[in-house]
Amino acid sequence: MKTQPIDQFAAHLKADTRAAVYDGSKKGYDARIKTLFDHFEDPNRLRVVAGEIKQHVVENLDTYLPQVEAKLKANGVIVHWAATAEAANQAVLDIMRARNATKMVKSKTMVSEETGLGHFLEKNGVECVETDLGEFIIQIDNDHPSHLVKPIIHKNRRDIAMSFEKHGLGAYNDDPQTITRRARAHLRKKYLESDVALTGANFISAESGRLVLVTNEGNSRFCLAAAKTHIAMVGIEKILPRDRDLALLLNLLARSATGQQLTVYTEFITGPKSAAQPDGPEEMHVVFVDNGRTDVLASECREILRCIRCGACLNVCPVYRQASGHAYRSVYPGPVGAVLTPLLAGKNFPAFADLPKASSLCGACNEVCPVNIPIPDLLLRLRDRAKQEHIPSPGTPPMGPWAVLASRPMIWKTALTGGKAINYVSTKLIPVPALHTWENKHSLPEWKGGVFRKWLRNRPAKSSSS
Amino acid sequence: MSANREAILSRVRGALAPLEKRAPLPDWDNELIAMRTLRGTVDAWPLFCERLKLVNGVSFESLAALVTWLDGQGWRHGYCDPALWASLKDAFPATFTVETTFDRTRVDDYQFGITRAAGAVAETGSLILTDKTTSSRLAALAPWVHVAVLIRGTIFADLQHAVTALADDPNIIFCTGPSKTADVEGILIEGVHGPGQQAALLVEG
Repeated sequence: MKTQPIDQFAAHLKADTRAAVYDGSKKGYDARIKTLFDHFEDPNRLRVVAGEIKQHVVENLDTYLPQVEAKLKANGVIVHWAATAEAANQAVLDIMRARNATKMVKSKTMVSEETGLGHFLEKNGVECVETDLGEFIIQIDNDHPSHLVKPIIHKNRRDIAMSFEKHGLGAYNDDPQTITRRARAHLRKKYLESDVALTGANFISAESGRLVLVTNEGNSRFCLAAAKTHIAMVGIEKILPRDRDLALLLNLLARSATGQQLTVYTEFITGPKSAAQPDGPEEMHVVFVDNGRTDVLASECREILRCIRCGACLNVCPVYRQASGHAYRSVYPGPVGAVLTPLLAGKNFPAFADLPKASSLCGACNEVCPVNIPIPDLLLRLRDRAKQEHIPSPGTPPMGPWAVLASRPMIWKTALTGGKAINYVSTKLIPVPALHTWENKHSLPEWKGGVFRKWLRNRPAKSSSS
Repeated sequence: MSANREAILSRVRGALAPLEKRAPLPDWDNELIAMRTLRGTVDAWPLFCERLKLVNGVSFESLAALVTWLDGQGWRHGYCDPALWASLKDAFPATFTVETTFDRTRVDDYQFGITRAAGAVAETGSLILTDKTTSSRLAALAPWVHVAVLIRGTIFADLQHAVTALADDPNIIFCTGPSKTADVEGILIEGVHGPGQQAALLVEG
């Protein structure tokens, strides 16, 4: 039987990979629960308020974008705008060329994954080195990240040791500490030789223009201690209204992502280094990137623009845990990806219309989201859109006969009684391929049609005093 | 570039135009993010030490204890902020080599770097470094050990207070323990790009 692309991918996932993804995501989920509930009286309230703040920003971007631009300029930052991925990559390349710069170190940023910046720069003769350990391994493997905060969740230490050996980073050794030390030695040379440091931004305050970057490894700090030019690629939705809102969001971000109270390095940047400081960028650029975000803003799913990329919805998602990130075939995997990917795809929406269907709508992604995005609702809106646009949905059983049954009480009652036939006749006779696929791994219970109705009808009347 | 700017802003305005009303900005009380375990704590330094220890950092109340620790680990070559060195140097025996300029062509020669902290956050165990008080960003990052000299009166109780009192400085960083990763099979490894040891030395004031 034909199935959805995401199902096909999941069906061929190696057992090793599935186990690695399951363990990694479960660990993140458990740690999150512990820190949030140990630390706060009402952790749920934090995420509700954070969601309201971000929704306010999203619905007032027309005010906030010019406001933050003015702040940045006043702080001595050069501001660029890029409507598309191509424009964003070109803006970065132009900044580099104007400075005869040929070497870049890059801190992990999802928006640059979106625009394919690394490959673009390499093609244009710029050396572009990923410095986050996970992203570095992805780069030398020519692979794709499969998780928002744990890009190599799908790899085990043996895979990594082989890649290191292949790329001349020492003889095979799969000890995680040795792997990390080798990366440390290799990458610090790259930082010190670089001309330009590229980062993203976790938040940017409209009040002060402060750009906030968080890393655990210290790689973005090393980028900003060694290079002379700093370029930050920032999605237009990354704004927070006030500095104090940073405290709320920072309290949620690390706890939601990894169960940490605070990420190890939390950096607040307002511009080029101060005059007396020997290390760090002498100029700073911010490139605001749209790349489909304004389409999302115009859609019925604009709530997804609240996302702070913590990965909590991936960790909790039963589908992500089984399918792994690559099954989502884009930069954003998991429940957030199932919403964001088809929306950012623009005209290519049909190619990703299966993603919103890859969910049992259990609601766990909404429950863990630090900005309270109603992901299941958004998935339903996108399913509806796919239906309206007549995009084929392989593997989905025809629902027409069900609609007839469920909307006519007499037929429904008859079917409940008549359905008992299934206890005596093979289900193979029912012409619904989806049922047969389901039966490969499950078995139908005995048909007891009408038992509940009978019980309901005959139950003793409630006494009026209770 | 300005064409891109206009295109984006006009699309934003177009996307928001159909909204009948916009979501208001909620106000929230500091109590919302108060950590319940830390309520009523008065003395910031012991709390800071306890929280720093939770993220595998170390704290010292005396210079002698710091020097003994460095010596015991064999970390005898390092960097010190020139503004601090005059007041610290008497505590370091002659077996130590301490430089007051950081040479970026040989970053791996330095086993430790001593710089000033601008403050700290007690509830998270974070040290606050600013451009103004840090004599060299690299010296506070590249050596295996970073020692931040922290003045008692500069410790904030919590993140909320620290964030709302951010200094007027182009670069402020909260360092919460040693540099770390769990990218390889979720196993915690410290000292990835930055220090494998984060220490705080308390001075009165």
